[in-house]
This record gives sequence, C-alpha cells and structure tokens, in this order.
Amino acid sequence: MDKPFAITLDIESSYSNHTGSWRTERPVYIDRLPPCNDACPAGENIQGWLHEAEEGKYENAWRILVRDNPMPGVHGRVCYHPCENACNRQQIDSAVSIHAVERFLGDQALKHGWKVEAGKDSGKKVAIIGAGPSGLSAAWHLRLMGHQVVIFEAGPMAGGMMRFGIPKYRLPREVLDEEISRICDLGVEIKLNSKIDDIPALMDEGFDAVFVAIGAHVARRTDIPARDAGTILDAVSVLQNVETGDTPPLLGRRVIVYGGGNTAFDTARTAKRLGASETMIVYRRNQEQMPAHDFEMHEAVDEGIMVRWLSTIKEIDDTSYKIEKMRLNDEGWPEPTGEFETIEADTLILALGQTTDSSFLEKLDGVEVERNGVVKVDESMMTGFPGVFAGGDMVPADRTVTTATGHGKLAARNIDAWMRGEKWQAGDRHEIAGFKHINPWYYTDAPKKLQPVLDIARRQSTFTEVVKGLDEDNALFEARRCLSCGNCFECDNCYGMCPDNSVIKLGPGKGFEFNYDFCKGCGLCAAECPCGAITMIKEPE
Amino acid sequence: MQQRVKYYQTGTFTVGNRLLDEEKRTVQATKERNNSLTCGHRACQGCGEALGARFAIDAAMNAVNNKLIAVNATGCLEVFSTPYPESSWRIPWIHSLFGNAPAVATGVAAALRARGETKTRVIAQGGDGGTVDIGFGCLSGMFERNDDVLYICYDNEAYMNTGVQRSSRTPPGARTATTPPVGEHPGNSYNQGKNPALIAMAHNIPYVATASVADLHDLEDKVEKAMSISGARYVHIHVPCPLGWGAKPSNTIRLARLAIETGLFPLFEAEDGEIVDTTPIRKQQPVDEYLKLQRRFAHILKDPLALETIQAMADRNISRFNLVREMEVTNNG
Amino acid sequence: MLKQIEGSKAVAEAIALCRPEVISAYPITPQTHIVEDLSQIVKKGALGNCQYINVESEFAAMSCVIGASATGARAYTATSSQGLLFMAEAVYNASGMGLPIVMTLGNRAIGAPINIWNDHSDSMSMANSGWIQLHAETNQEAVDLHIIAFRLAEQLSVPVMVCMDGFILTHAYERVDIPTQEQVDNFLPKFEPVQMLDPDEPLTMGAMVGPEAFTEVRYLSHHKQLQALEVIPQLASEFEKQFGRKSGAMVDPYHTIDADTVVVSLGSINGTIKDTIDILREDRCSIGSVKLGAFRPFPLAELREALSGARRVIVVEKDVALGLGGIVASNVRMALRGTSTPVYTIIAGLGGRPIPSKSLDKAFRQAMDDDIEDPLFLDLNHEVIDRELARMKEQRRSGPVAENILREIGLVGHSPRKV
Repeated sequence: MDKPFAITLDIESSYSNHTGSWRTERPVYIDRLPPCNDACPAGENIQGWLHEAEEGKYENAWRILVRDNPMPGVHGRVCYHPCENACNRQQIDSAVSIHAVERFLGDQALKHGWKVEAGKDSGKKVAIIGAGPSGLSAAWHLRLMGHQVVIFEAGPMAGGMMRFGIPKYRLPREVLDEEISRICDLGVEIKLNSKIDDIPALMDEGFDAVFVAIGAHVARRTDIPARDAGTILDAVSVLQNVETGDTPPLLGRRVIVYGGGNTAFDTARTAKRLGASETMIVYRRNQEQMPAHDFEMHEAVDEGIMVRWLSTIKEIDDTSYKIEKMRLNDEGWPEPTGEFETIEADTLILALGQTTDSSFLEKLDGVEVERNGVVKVDESMMTGFPGVFAGGDMVPADRTVTTATGHGKLAARNIDAWMRGEKWQAGDRHEIAGFKHINPWYYTDAPKKLQPVLDIARRQSTFTEVVKGLDEDNALFEARRCLSCGNCFECDNCYGMCPDNSVIKLGPGKGFEFNYDFCKGCGLCAAECPCGAITMIKEPE
Repeated sequence: MQQRVKYYQTGTFTVGNRLLDEEKRTVQATKERNNSLTCGHRACQGCGEALGARFAIDAAMNAVNNKLIAVNATGCLEVFSTPYPESSWRIPWIHSLFGNAPAVATGVAAALRARGETKTRVIAQGGDGGTVDIGFGCLSGMFERNDDVLYICYDNEAYMNTGVQRSSRTPPGARTATTPPVGEHPGNSYNQGKNPALIAMAHNIPYVATASVADLHDLEDKVEKAMSISGARYVHIHVPCPLGWGAKPSNTIRLARLAIETGLFPLFEAEDGEIVDTTPIRKQQPVDEYLKLQRRFAHILKDPLALETIQAMADRNISRFNLVREMEVTNNG
Repeated sequence: MLKQIEGSKAVAEAIALCRPEVISAYPITPQTHIVEDLSQIVKKGALGNCQYINVESEFAAMSCVIGASATGARAYTATSSQGLLFMAEAVYNASGMGLPIVMTLGNRAIGAPINIWNDHSDSMSMANSGWIQLHAETNQEAVDLHIIAFRLAEQLSVPVMVCMDGFILTHAYERVDIPTQEQVDNFLPKFEPVQMLDPDEPLTMGAMVGPEAFTEVRYLSHHKQLQALEVIPQLASEFEKQFGRKSGAMVDPYHTIDADTVVVSLGSINGTIKDTIDILREDRCSIGSVKLGAFRPFPLAELREALSGARRVIVVEKDVALGLGGIVASNVRMALRGTSTPVYTIIAGLGGRPIPSKSLDKAFRQAMDDDIEDPLFLDLNHEVIDRELARMKEQRRSGPVAENILREIGLVGHSPRKV
C-alpha cells in the first residue's frame, strides 16, 4: 500500500491490541432464581413460561408450565399465588398477575386441545391412592417418565378437594373435568369408588411403588353445649353434597358459619347461593389473624356475607346462638370478655378444619402418624414403609391445591428414582434475584390489568364463575410486565452498552458471550443489566 | 408526549427488545451494526465517549447506507482510537487538529460536492474542548455557511485528554486540575455557562439536538434524523468520564441518566432555530443524587448554598424546557 | 496569450487553468485580489463544479483545503503574513499528512508593528514546515510556478507554497503570457491521490505517532524535499519544452562564470539586483548574481556549484532572523560549508522599504572591498536609531519603540514628551 508511513493506518488494526489484559474483574452471565419460581409450591418455572407467553408463544409457554403442573386452568383460578407476593414488580408498581396468565394459558390449552405424550414405557407400575391434586399430579409426572399408573379413588369422582372443597363459582367444573381427562388421556387409569385398606396386598398385585394422597377431609368438630340443638352441619359435607347433588342441604334462611379459614368463606358464599338471605361468619380471632386470604373475605363481604370477629359460640338453644365477645390479650391471643349476645340462625356450619383418616397406614411397619392423622415422610416423600410414599394435605405442609400438586411432582421424581434403586437429587438452587439486582429504570410504567368480575346480583344467586379470565391482549400485556428477574431476556443492553464491543451477540434464543480478549472489566454491562443476569467476579489469576 | 412504541416488557428503554419489530430496535441491538469504533481502543474503562461515538457513528452509518466520512478533532477520542500502529475505526476517518474539525469537514463536503459524490455524507466530531472552546470559531463558520456537515460534540465537561482541566462546559463547582476545590469558592466558578446547542440554534441551522448515552433510542433517533437533513447540523451528546468525574466506571450510564433525570442535562431538538421537542423526565431526581456519585463534586455536598445553586440550575432547565410533564403512555391494544 | 494584466489576476487565471476543485480563502492584503478573481471565475461557472468556500479565518481556510485534499480534490488557498501565522498549525498539518495543497503566499511583513507591505518574514516563518517554497521573480514566473506547483505537489504528495512579493508582484501590471487550457491540461494530469477518504476503501488518516516512529515520519518528509530537488528541475525542463519558456529553475545564475562576487537573492528583488550588476559590470566590477527559485528544498549542491568560482558571496534578503542575522545567508553558508568564501548579508526591503539600485550599488562595492558590516541593514536610518537608543538608555524603560520612531521622524503626532 502506498499510504504514508505511520500517520495513515489500516482500519480496525486495533484488533491486535488485546485490552482484556487491563481487567481486574470480569463479567459473567448467571441465572439467578426468580423469586416467583422460588415461591411456587408446585415448583413452576414461572419466569420461563412468561418469557414464551410474552412473545405470544402460548403453546410453548403451556408446555413449559405443564412440565411442572398438569393443571394450569385449575391453578390459574384457585392457587393463592405466593409467586405474586414474591414478585419484584411489586416494588415498581404491582405484582405481575401471574395467576391470570396461567389461567389464560390453561384455558388456551383446553380450547386448542393441546396434549403431551407419555414417556417410553419403563415397565414399572405405580399405584396412587387418591385422585386429588397430589395424586393426579403424581400420575401425570409418572406417566411422562413412562411408568404405568393406576389411581384408586374412594369417592365417586376424581378431583379431591378441587371438586369437594372449592365451589364451582371459583372453579368451573368443565375446567376441572377437562384437565383431569387430559391426565387420563396420558394413559392413567382412575378406579373410582375404590377404597384401599391393604397396601401390602396392593403391592403384591404388581405395583412397584405406592403414592398415598388421600387428603384431609374429615371435618374437625368442637363441643358446644346444646340444649336442643338445631341443624349443625360441617363445611366439608355441605360442599360435598352441593357437588354430588345427592342430598342438597336444606340450610334455611339464616346461616352461621363458624371458622375463619378459606373453607369457612367458601361455605358461607355457597350458603348464600343456596338461598340463605342472612349468612354470617363467626370467628374467634380478628381479621389479621384469619387464615383465609383477604380476597376471599372481600369477595364474600361484597356478596353480602357478614363477619363477626372476636366471637365464639358458647351455647346453642334450637335456633338461638349465644355468642361471647373475645378480646386479644397482650400476647395476641383471644380471651373471653364475659359479654354475651344472642343471634338467631337456622343452621350452623362448622368450618374448623379437617383431619386425615390414615388408620390404614398406621398398620404398616415403620409408618409414623402424628396428631390428626398427619403422616410423616422423609425428604424423598417416602413413609417409613419402603416403596410407600405420601403427599398432599395428609403430610405436614400448607394445605393448598398447589402444595399438593407440588408434592405429586416431587413424589413422582422420588418414586422414579427409588424404583431404579437411586435417590433423586434436587439441583442446586441459584441465588435469588432480589430487587437489588434489578435496574428498574429500564422497565416502562405498566399498571396491572384487572380481571373482570361478575356482577353482585348474579354472584348472590348463581354458581357462575365470579372472576373472569383476561382476554388475549390483556394476558399478553400482563405477561410482558414480567421483569425476567435474574434471567437474561435478550434486551441487548450488555451488547449495546459495552464501550469495548466485547459482548458477542449469538442470536435469538442463544444469548451472549463475553469477548475476554477485549473486555476491560468496567462493569457497565452488569450495572445496566435490567434483570440482574450478569455479575462481576474477580479476575482469575 | 407519547411513548413511541406499544408497551413491551421493558418498553423502549433497553438497547434491544426481542418483542419489537426489527425496524423499531436500535442499531446497537443488531448483530449487523457497523461497530464503527471497534475493540482494541485504549479508552479508559467505562468510557462514555467511546460508547457515545459508537452509538452515534453506527446510527449515522446505518442511516446513510455506510457512505460516511468522519473528521475528528484532537482529544481523547482521537488519541485512544488511533495511536500508531493501531486504528479502531472502521470508517474513513481523518484527524487534523484540535480546533479545526468543522472546517476540515467543510472541505471534505466541498470535495464530495465538487466530485459529484452526492451519496457520501460527512460528520465532524470532537470533545467539548475541541468543540465549544478551541474549535468554536470554525464551528460557527461551518454553521453560518450551512455546510452539509453533522457536527457531533461528545461532552464530558472538561479537557480529559490533557488531564482534566476546566473547559467552558465544566459545570459550576466541579473540581478539575485547574479549578481545585480550595479557597473561598472551591471548584469551578459559578459562571453563566455556555450552551453550544442554543448557540447553534442562533445560527438558524436546520437541525440541533442534545442527546445522552443514557437514552440510546433518543440518541439514535436524533442522529438518524440529522442524517436525513442536509445542511449544517449539530448534535451534542452527554458522555460521562469516569476518570475525570471521579466516578466508578460502571456508573457511566447511570450518571448520564441522572443528569437527565435531575434536569441538569436537558434533552431537546430544534429545527431552523426553534425548539420542536424536549424529552420529559421520567423519574425526577434531586441534584445530589447525581452529584454524590462523583468525586469532582465531593466538596459541594458539604455546601448547602452550592447545592441550592446547582438545584436552581436544574430547576431552571426543567421550567425552561418543560421537562416535567404528564406522559401519555400508549398501552398495548 | 499575452496580456497586460495585474499579477494577482494573472495568477488567478493560471490557478483556474489548473482546474482546482475546492478553493477556500480568507481575505488578507496583498493576496486578496487573487481569491477575489477566483471567486468571480468560479461564480461564473467557468470551473464547473469547483467549490469556493468563504471561511471565517485563514486557519479555517487551510483546514478546509486539508479536508478537501484528503478527500481527493485538487485544493487551493492563498494568504499572506498574519494569515499564514494564523493558519500555522494547519500548515504543518497539511505537510505532515502529505496533502498536495497549493497555496499562494503574497509575501508580506509580520507585525507588530502591523504592516501590510512586502518582505519575506512570513514565508521564512514556515520555511521548516515541510512545505515546498517556490519564489517567483516576475508575474510570468508566478503564473508558471503555480502550474508547476500542482504537478509537483501531486507527484510527491507534498504541499507547495508559491511565494510572490506582495504589491511588487501581486499588484503590478505586467505583460504576462497566459497559457492555454490545452497546454496546461497536457502538463498537469488529473489528480490521482495516493490516499483519500473513501467509504469504499476506508482508512485512518492523521494517526498519533509516538517516539517509536516519529523520527522515521520526519525523515520521510525530509526525503520528500530531497526528492523535490530532483523533480523540480525535471518539471522545469518539461515545462520549457511544453510552454517554450524557462520557469522554475532552482538556481538561476546571471554573469556568475567570471564573477568574483556573486549576489544571492529570492524573488522580485533579483530584477533590481541584475540592473545593479549591469551598472557595476560596466564599471568593470567582477560581479554576478544567483536567484534562488526555491527556498525549500534548499538547493545546497546546485548553489554550491553555482558559487564555486566566487571569492565572496552577498545575500540580499527581505527578512531577518532577530538575534542572528540573515536567514537566507545562513542557508547559503550551509551550501558553502567547508570553503573559506565569505558570505555577507544585506537585510533589505523590510516592511516594504524600497530597495533602490543606488543603495545596492553602494553596499555591493563595500562588500567587494570586504569592508561591509554583517549583517548590513540597507538604508538604516542611523540617526533615528542612535537617538532612540540614547533615549532608551536615559529613560531605562522600554516602550512602543515603533511609535517612538515614527514620532521621531515626524510621521505621527508630536511626542507628548520633550526629550
């Protein structure tokens, strides 16, 4: 080249100057654990399926979702979504409405008839006792692994507490039925009205393992002095009867529900729908201490349910209920005040919690049963009897549909490993992506989309679903509110903001790489990563 | 003002967004971007000017089908990008002197016109010293003649290349090597300042804009717009200097963002001498949020009167350019 | 075509014949007429697409042609005096980057005191800037040198300054033969730059060069000047063939063959010197002259050869290296190094002071007697100097010397002080 020496240079000749040697720290890409995923009792990869949903790839999203939870339609409606309580977006505006997107995906799947395939036949066979959320979930996962599954259900219908504990205005039965039949379509046999008493006998029939998930549906009772008791029912049977329609409960005009859990509110709301004009919840503690979720209470109050906090029923005389007011002592416990009043009611429904009838398990060697029939399991969900696993409401844990569903998955993984003579190991848990890892400036303001709600008049008289789903636009919007905490979503900030062009873009879905030949370690990429998916580490010696 | 695109996961504020139509993504988000200023350059860690230069020149290259010639004033950008025997540029580029980049660019544009080469466009660029101080005569001449040149000033608010001496863009109170934080009025004098964008507007040139490395979309839009216009154009880009400002290299973008959010660096554009748009502040911040991240202002933070004065400057910008106002957000659907 | 024409206008026409593509200039006397005429020519459309840029300073003018030249355009500018100093930084830059710019310098004194008249202080200030400096003796030569200058600049990738004495040439009407376009086109091919800014072949021009290569860069610039020593005579001879007249000689001797004393000078003063020599030779004095056609590169060998028969050399120059003496004389001594030939310096014509033949005659005779002050400030008013020196000695303070002298000689108002 006839160019002047030194003062004229070839372009891009600086590639020979490896500025990476300046570095004292280097950036690395990491996946932090999104707080929603961390909080999900079913172990869903929420951030993962939201990522797909953001692109309108709903089927992909659903497929990621059902790797962990076979019933998104159900969970999108009934899950108490601890994920949303953990969501980092709360600190910007409000949590992503994860449950609403999940519900949308669940409904899309039913609408389009999306299916999954069972795994290659393993030659192993598992018996599941109980067709509630835990049993159904375990069945799904075991089938995906290729194991044969038979579910033995004592009752007349599958679904467990999803059917007999949750009223249809919260969970329409079409959704439940279709999601159960999708599980059955995988090759799961459900034997209804089949109560199992003898597990060793069952195992002798060729089952390699047994998963017991019979739930907790024995109503807890209390002793109330009654001279001439009126109608006293328990919540579980009321809800069950409504569901089976066998003996529609005759509740009368005035109903008292005694208890402060979600079941109490569900029962009160059901009573209202069955024609009770005055429905009252009586609860011995105050609102802060009530185990029911706030939204349940608000929806109930909207529907005209009255709540008497800090009240106990002392005596019953036919339709007269003597109520004693309570107050909180210094430790926060309710104590009697000696003030009384009397309320008239036609029916009292007790919603004081449930226990498990696990007597058939107590017979097995090594099985330990605690108070109220709760069965002890080890970290692999196995009881003291080899090959017999248990989960759901009958083991010590939160009694929610989602926890039960999570148990089903966990049990399936452990059963699978156990049948192969191995032990299932959970993967390492990554550091949780906290709000401090988020660079919130990059997220535009986006107020949460609210789900439409049925009008009050219809809510008071029908079992039509109260809370409606989001339409596609709103579901998409909601999905896109996700911050993608701790996981790269290819926003290109690192790629664009490196002053040294030291980030290599690998293309859609492939992420990025650092070019350590030139990266000077300034840390701009980590500082400007919106979601905390880059960290700076000390330069290796 | 409307948010320019529908709401997406992180809206328009990240460099890229897999959810956006390709033509709405930034040039910097593309694999095909030119990397006009490429790696191997010797800018300090976290250099805002290196970033600003690649942002601006890549955007310009993209806008003119890669037919671009750049003229560079002496300064950090020139020194760190072209020390013999290595050049980091991937475009035709010339450095002549400290104070003459606008005039050299005029000559380049004249030569292109003389040769009937209409497609190739010309950019001149320099730091604040080369632009607002020593090169200001040439810059004004280029503006007045309305030569077909886009001049880009990368403003890091002092003479960084020579070791952080005061320029006419150094903010009041700032410590530099020639405005030490000693005596009765520590740091730079609280003078009237010099706003080259407003002076450029006084030439009635077709396009003037201020931009920041913290708002890439805005920056690229402005450069692209500038390249769609012929005649003299001026874009003034705020580029933090970690070394000169006494800041962490990882804070470069954050500082540029805070300069916008405090109102200290207003973003606006003007056509034919009239302001046509300003960029509203998204989340307004008090000036000390900006100042406290920079050692050049360490003494200011202990001086309530100085803080008040600087806050008043920011407030004046906010009212003058109407920077705090309701934003209409276009949600999806 | 022969024309009775002002020097500036003739040069403007010559420039136009060289088909410049970009012209950029800033007004300064005495160069102004050239660029005024060029602006007319361009505006009339005679130069096609040629761009004429009115800039805001000489610094911008040179910068503008730097940009134009780097983009492959034939570029031209002109200046004088303060203007050259104001563009000084860019003057060095143009040569450093090897840009074949041609610039006319209408030689003029440098202030303070401000003075618009002719001397060579301006070109001498840039003598070592890496530019080739050609000096015209006549307006015909000024015209011819510009045509040669473009060819030379583009052949070597080096800028060329054509120096012509302000007013004496620029404003003088003389008979000048303006060549035809065809003649010039035959001599001066289209500009083909060795490097240029081009999006199709990007390169980086104007890199920072450190100690590891700076000496080599400078050596190569020096080497270019040495190459010019060979190229200039070739071009001069080619020019003569094509145009039928001699122009561009580096060393132009007059009666040197038998001369004991040889006078060396630059530019238009050579005419007066030759007249004076004619008179002296009639008086049987053994004297001749050599006109230097270029000050850079300095033709050391050719001049040494031309002066080889001389017993003494007189340099008449229109500049002064304050604190040393003659600038041209120092260069001539360099050419004669190793010989015992004395070189006498006559500083003449500063700030436009006329150089009468009579004064030269007297000084040359003193030199021929080897009885001459060195340097000799021609026609220096010793009375004024002596008075001012005495006054300064008395008052022991400096002051506006120039003003004091003007008061002394009565050109400005009376001194407020009676000395």
